[in-house]
Amino acid sequence: MKHWIWLLPAALILPACVTINIYFPAAAAEKAADKIIDEVWQLKQEQQNQQKPADAPAEK
Amino acid sequence: MKKYLYAITFLLAALTAMPAAIAAADLEINTPAIAAIQGSMQARHGQLAPYYASGAVGLTRDGLVAVRDANAVPLKDRQGVNSLVAAENKDRNALYKEIANANGHPEWESEVRNTFAQRWVQKAQGGWWYQDAGGGWAKK
Repeated sequence: MKHWIWLLPAALILPACVTINIYFPAAAAEKAADKIIDEVWQLKQEQQNQQKPADAPAEK
Repeated sequence: MKKYLYAITFLLAALTAMPAAIAAADLEINTPAIAAIQGSMQARHGQLAPYYASGAVGLTRDGLVAVRDANAVPLKDRQGVNSLVAAENKDRNALYKEIANANGHPEWESEVRNTFAQRWVQKAQGGWWYQDAGGGWAKK
């Protein structure tokens, strides 16, 4: 009988997992948008440590 | 009794760690579909840029582009501008949708769109036109 009491926190906590997961990650989205916009509008000619072209010359 | 206590402690520990892990995570944008759309938009940008600069085309508040002043375009080029704008908007809509899908949350599409709408304007060059929150055109 007594162990039923543990179902209460479980019932409260499990939906919270789902709730956390559906939050829109605004900061990450902004970062992703900036990265795509920089490439589409070619705002940064210098590649920034990501996506180095395969035929790039050796490290300076 | 004791094993329940352990179970709850473990559950709580997992839950406190979880939001931090999620907050630190990046949005997935490295998919073939997104790369393809991005490439297509990048190739088109050279053609659109002069129209942004002349004010013929502006950035809308819903993350798209629109012909703002057709008179700024010579008559013979107007059809071309309309096609460019239509193609660009098709790509942009697909991009927002793909990003939401790539992250397993199709319902994020409108938030992705809103984020982009703000960032496009933020990164636009001076002199380009954009729609403010009320839908009116403003010059950056």
